[in-house]
Amino acid sequence: MIAAVSNAFSVLATLLQVVLVALLGPLLIGFMAKTKARAEGRVGAPIVQPLRDLRKLLSKERLHARHSSVVLPLAPMVIFAATTVAIAISPLVTTHPLLGSSADILVIVYLLLTGSVAAALAGLDAGTAFGGMGASRAMTIGALAEPALLVAVIALSIQSGTSNLPSIIATTMTHPNWVSGPSRLLALVALVIVVIAETGRLPVDNPSTHLELTMIHEAMILEYAGPELALVTLGASMRLALLFSLIANLFFPWGIATSGSFVGLALGAVVLVGKTAVVALGISLIEIRSAKLRLFRLPELLAGGFVLSVLAVITGLVTR
Amino acid sequence: MILLLLGLGACVLAAVAASLPRRYRVPVSVSLGGIGCALAFSAAMRVLVTGTVESFHTTKLMPMIGLSLSLDPLGALFILASSFVGFAACIYCIGYAKGELRSRTAMSLLMIFILTLIAVPVASSIVSLMFCWELMALSSMLLILTDQLHSREARSAALWYGVMTQLGAASILFGLLLLTVHGGGQTFADIKSHSLALSSTVRSFAFVLALLGFASKAGAVPLHVWLPKAHPEAPSPVSALMSSSMVAMGVYGIIRVGADLLHGGTVWWWVAVAALGAVSALYGALHATTSTDIKRLLAYSTIDILGLVLIGVGAAGALYDTGHPGIAELAMMAALLLVVAHAGFKGALFLGAGAIERSTGTRDLDQLGGLIHAMPVTAALFAASACSIMAVPTLSGFSSEWLLLQGLLHGFVDRSTPTLIIMLLGVVALALTGGLTAVAFVKAFGIGFLGQPRSLGAANALDVAPSMKLAMALLVLPSIVIGVVPGLLIPLVSRAARIGLATSVASPVAHGSGLVLSRFRGTIEPALLLAGLVLVLATVWFVNQRLAQRSARRVDAWGCGRDLQTPRMQYTATSFAEPLQRVFADVLRPQSDVEVTHVAESQYYEQSLMYQNRVSDVLEQHGYRPMIDAALRIGRSARRLQNGSIHRYLAFGFVALLVILVVLA
Amino acid sequence: MKHARRSRSLSAFRSLLSKPVTDGLEDRPPTVDGVHLRGSLQLRHVDAGSCNGCEAEITSALGPNYDAGQFGARLVASPRHADGLLVTGVVTHNMMGPLQQTLAALPRPSVIVACGDCAVNGGIFKGALGVAATLDEVVTPDVLIPGCPPHPTQIVQALRTLTGR
Repeated sequence: MIAAVSNAFSVLATLLQVVLVALLGPLLIGFMAKTKARAEGRVGAPIVQPLRDLRKLLSKERLHARHSSVVLPLAPMVIFAATTVAIAISPLVTTHPLLGSSADILVIVYLLLTGSVAAALAGLDAGTAFGGMGASRAMTIGALAEPALLVAVIALSIQSGTSNLPSIIATTMTHPNWVSGPSRLLALVALVIVVIAETGRLPVDNPSTHLELTMIHEAMILEYAGPELALVTLGASMRLALLFSLIANLFFPWGIATSGSFVGLALGAVVLVGKTAVVALGISLIEIRSAKLRLFRLPELLAGGFVLSVLAVITGLVTR
Repeated sequence: MILLLLGLGACVLAAVAASLPRRYRVPVSVSLGGIGCALAFSAAMRVLVTGTVESFHTTKLMPMIGLSLSLDPLGALFILASSFVGFAACIYCIGYAKGELRSRTAMSLLMIFILTLIAVPVASSIVSLMFCWELMALSSMLLILTDQLHSREARSAALWYGVMTQLGAASILFGLLLLTVHGGGQTFADIKSHSLALSSTVRSFAFVLALLGFASKAGAVPLHVWLPKAHPEAPSPVSALMSSSMVAMGVYGIIRVGADLLHGGTVWWWVAVAALGAVSALYGALHATTSTDIKRLLAYSTIDILGLVLIGVGAAGALYDTGHPGIAELAMMAALLLVVAHAGFKGALFLGAGAIERSTGTRDLDQLGGLIHAMPVTAALFAASACSIMAVPTLSGFSSEWLLLQGLLHGFVDRSTPTLIIMLLGVVALALTGGLTAVAFVKAFGIGFLGQPRSLGAANALDVAPSMKLAMALLVLPSIVIGVVPGLLIPLVSRAARIGLATSVASPVAHGSGLVLSRFRGTIEPALLLAGLVLVLATVWFVNQRLAQRSARRVDAWGCGRDLQTPRMQYTATSFAEPLQRVFADVLRPQSDVEVTHVAESQYYEQSLMYQNRVSDVLEQHGYRPMIDAALRIGRSARRLQNGSIHRYLAFGFVALLVILVVLA
Repeated sequence: MKHARRSRSLSAFRSLLSKPVTDGLEDRPPTVDGVHLRGSLQLRHVDAGSCNGCEAEITSALGPNYDAGQFGARLVASPRHADGLLVTGVVTHNMMGPLQQTLAALPRPSVIVACGDCAVNGGIFKGALGVAATLDEVVTPDVLIPGCPPHPTQIVQALRTLTGR
């Protein structure tokens, strides 16, 4: 009986988590756009503008390029599915999501890689020069950001003794002094660099550029229209929300719902929104202060992130 | 043992059946080969499930010294992989074998090659091992020369392969012979019981010699140079067998000699193995991203994955020597699981590359494109195997790499410097190669199958025979099974790992359908993940269908308003990998040539410009070729001694005789 | 120089906290019949042969002073992502093909906004050498913004008739 109730609770909590993060994605993007607009002295579009854009896109027609195949309509669904499953198994609002026992941080990393691969294949399927260019650049940046991500994640896992996400969060909550330790701080900086690269924000990629030759993520989705574009955009914003939430929860987990009560769940949801807003504000400030880097300066930035994450592993071993 | 012997016998019959008339040759020979593989598979499965060790010794085949065979779980796991791939290769041949591959020599050599791949893991004496090893090398070398007897690349590849594999075999032979110094027999049982009595110098020497030979066969950098030459030139079923099973024999040899016969040895042996593995993984991944020949790309990715396997083996050996048998077994299990998974998806990828070559006439990715419309089933199977090698969750590549990362992660518990070095190297190598492998296979699938055709051959591509597709589907099956329910294979892999490590600690991976670490908190349930993914995909698809008023409209691609849009404007494989080639230019050392022809009247105007950019194997260009050139230079200067004058030759003989007499005196 | 750089970055952060004011904010004009974009408008700008005067005014309309973005309008790079085209200039021979390709790449339903006298009726370049047609001979525009060049407020108001905000 208790198992059934807790199971039902897990299902509810997971559903809440998925819906919340799905809505949070566009809202965070709107929030970051608003922050940038305000820094430029403009009023800027309202924070809910991305949601309005998505709603409008659902009523437009779908267009497929003549030489494209089944990959073009399939890719947005794969990106969305991979990101949704990653959100469903991550401890964002609660430490007991549905598949909490197999919520391994490596699973999340590789699910995000699956999304990138699907997007790149969609870009190549369009059969245009821009699609190939976006795919090539996105995969190159992914290949250079992946080492930093994996090693930073391993640094966190070594410190907690496991790569199981709820366990990492639980052990961090019982050892508050870890958060200010050198290993965590180095891993945090490395992860911020990786998240900027993976979500396509300045200084890696300008999300609002109109020049195709400067595009990285946008170039892969130039051929999409209507509901498929809405799905791709939603998938990308959910990915952003997931990465921001993971940074917030891995380095400052307090506020997450640990017990099985509804009050705790609601509190956890509110705290998550607050924490991701803080992370979004931080990244907006970085964006405001930087211009887009030249494509061949990016390996230096990402290699720097990699070196920091290796240092995080070494300091973690030394100070254990 | 009877089953296995029957299987070997069936393969021999298959080789003999190759001398039948052309009409019956392929069907009979292939069926007998398939039966042989199936029998070997069941024999191996029985040993793995029951955990028994079966032996066989006969002096009838090799008088005086005798042929010893012993099937234990370690060998059985490797036979499992090779017989499965062999079975698929036999089915593939039904549709693929045309022209030269249908000849008597080629078919019988193919059957002999499959026979040796089953025989090497059961050989249990030095003579039997070397006999089967040399037979394996010889048959594969001759098979490289099949299709393209008139092709310069095939001849060069066969030469490189022959020389390097012979040097490796010599090294293995010397290493193993050193172990018989105590005067006992040459069977593995004898060597194992007497090896601890040898001095550690002799044991280290023997291990290093054996390692050189086996590592070269496994494609470890810097002894890998034959691999990217030989695997592309062989016919596709042979390439699949070579890349999935023959390179695994190198890993088998290292585990057998180092962990089993020499009882683990010292830690620095395994640091060397792991270092070789890390360098191979990075080197292979980098060269795979910059290869435009699809089979060369697959060959380099074999070097990459086997580098990861060697890291796992090295970690296992080092942890065992420093007293952590549980985690050592975890790392060894991960390495063995990766070997089996690799056999599955690499075999499927090579068979797919063969299908592409048969259908379009070219292996060059820069000339392919749009094949998904002509060959949808092949494209789907190729994509499934490519996803598996890129470690997409719920497929076999991810399950094995996850297990390997867990082994390395928990290996950090040991604080001695050699193990820390191995773990750090392993983690860094895994991290760096993950993204590079993704680039290579997005390139291979995306440029090869998607978009518009970039050449006439690709535009006129036809679908391939159903037997070829069936063979590929058969090899995609392990990717899915090992990926979704890896727990099924864990007891088998565990028994194989224990042969190498001889531990009585409880298994680090508990029973279940997913992977559950019993002593640490770490679990994945790929079956549930797959259920979740399918559920979300189905929901999205359903919602999509309800929302869409009509089906999508087909329009021309958006080319920024340009009037002329040709397939040549798409990205090619070279351009796809160009950013990475620039980033890693110091490591890859691409060679570019620019040739400008000026107009006769003026130096300021150009008539034509030719630009060529080549990424060749770095170690071959800057390591092997200078050595070969130096050797040739020495040979040429030594020719001055041979000027044809009989007086000089008699003088040489006289001086030599004098020297010998002086020395003897 | 250093003093100027520091005050520039300080002003960016200061403006984060203060509320900006837009010029010329009038009441919302009535929405165009049959257009239900509900607060979200993405337009692909096509310069079919203009003198760049209208482009300068469009840039100003999307800038900090007039800020059409606060009503949900923005420019996008690909016509596939757009709800319609924002066309400036009279249609020249060289731009006839690209304009038609851009029109073909739009997903339906779409709107066409003609910005400036040249796009509306040919303006001062009507009938000149190099001019192939006026915009309404290629496609019927839904919204016309007269003026040479139109004031940014006029552009903003025209976009508001489409977004409905």
